[in-house]
Amino acid sequence: MEKTTKSLARLLLPLLVVAGLSGCSSIEPWVKPYERDKLADPIMALDGDPVSVAYIQHVFEAREAAKGGEGAVGGGCGCN
Amino acid sequence: MRRALVAMLVLAFGAAHAGVLPDDRADVLYHLYDGGGVEIDGPSVLVRKKVGKSVSVVGNYYVDMVSSASIDVITTASPYTEERTQWSLGMDYLRGNTTMRVNYTESVESDFDAKSYSLSVSQDMFGDLTTLTLSYGLGDDLVRKSDDATFERPLDRQIYGVGLTQILTKNLISSLNVETVTEEGFLNNPYRVVRYADPLSALGYSFEPELYPNTRTTTAIGLRARYFLPYRAAIEGEFRWFTDTWDIEAVTAAVSYIHPWGDWTFTGKLRWHDQTAAHFYRDIFARSEETNFRGRDKELSPLTSYTLKMQAAYEFISDDGDPAWGFIKRAKVTASLNMLSVDYHDFSDLTALAPVGLEPLYQLDADVFQLYVSLFY
Repeated sequence: MEKTTKSLARLLLPLLVVAGLSGCSSIEPWVKPYERDKLADPIMALDGDPVSVAYIQHVFEAREAAKGGEGAVGGGCGCN
Repeated sequence: MRRALVAMLVLAFGAAHAGVLPDDRADVLYHLYDGGGVEIDGPSVLVRKKVGKSVSVVGNYYVDMVSSASIDVITTASPYTEERTQWSLGMDYLRGNTTMRVNYTESVESDFDAKSYSLSVSQDMFGDLTTLTLSYGLGDDLVRKSDDATFERPLDRQIYGVGLTQILTKNLISSLNVETVTEEGFLNNPYRVVRYADPLSALGYSFEPELYPNTRTTTAIGLRARYFLPYRAAIEGEFRWFTDTWDIEAVTAAVSYIHPWGDWTFTGKLRWHDQTAAHFYRDIFARSEETNFRGRDKELSPLTSYTLKMQAAYEFISDDGDPAWGFIKRAKVTASLNMLSVDYHDFSDLTALAPVGLEPLYQLDADVFQLYVSLFY
């Protein structure tokens, strides 16, 4: 049984690699570069002002127990 | 398996498009926090500049000047002033579709030193619709006590993060961030005390030093999505779920509206946060040393906070450029006010001097003001 499983895995692995590669090449960007003008507008920037964002995150970390999940790895803030 | 293979192969070989480095910019910010008897203000200066085509360096200098007569301080200690200075240096290195970032931050105050190092790798993929970021950070803090020169306790921190930014449609961009932080060392405040019932005291209670567990692991999952409206404006929704090994669970949600008008951009935001208490938190303990770990930090109590943000930015130099401003391509000045209100559900206001058990719950209102100039070059 174990031998069969190993043989099957040996057979399937190259197939999976090929399938993966073909999957990779088949992923076409569904939003073309020329359709991204609105996304490039400064009002769509998720973190437009890093100094202000870092400051207000620091304020919330000092006033609440929760932290993280905002996308930037922070450090010691001396908040305790 | 196939998805894993695809992800691994894409990470290994990248795609044909090139990523971009952040814009060159300089920001000078003044910040002011005023509320609950605490006033904190100071500057923050950030400068970012490309060096060649594939490297961008960034530096930040930040100061907190604190004047505190908070509810903790006026009920159990004396008002104080102190200053915290923080600086950081970072570098982004772009190679094809991959951006690598390193950062070092150091923070110094009279009784707390913090050093942190972080490293992250971002990969743009699927025609730049998707950006995957893996990050790791290391914190090395030292807690001291101003009235005891011999007191020194270490606090170590490790931060693991995975982020995914995804363009969903030509009007919609989203991001998902998962972050786990493990901390080990001296996690409580060396000055803060807890309250316990004491029939021998005239007040009916006495105080003793707080004592926290020396480990904490937190996990946060944050989701954001920003949508470009049919007219030139944007709306954003944010949600974060948080849990930790101290039994705190929290949810945070926010909605923002961004509306440009000529050279102005106005932003309004409503934020809501709700959390449960740490398992060792009590407003009042039944007796001295009632439990192994004890805390009465109001930030560890169950609470609900509400924030209203109003922001206006004025762009006084536009992309079309005025030769009189030389190398500066764009510049703006921004004023921002966050009005924060916190309802503590199990933290009594001891200044009311009411009988034990009948004290009103504490409530905090604070204004957080920022004024900053941003230059892009």
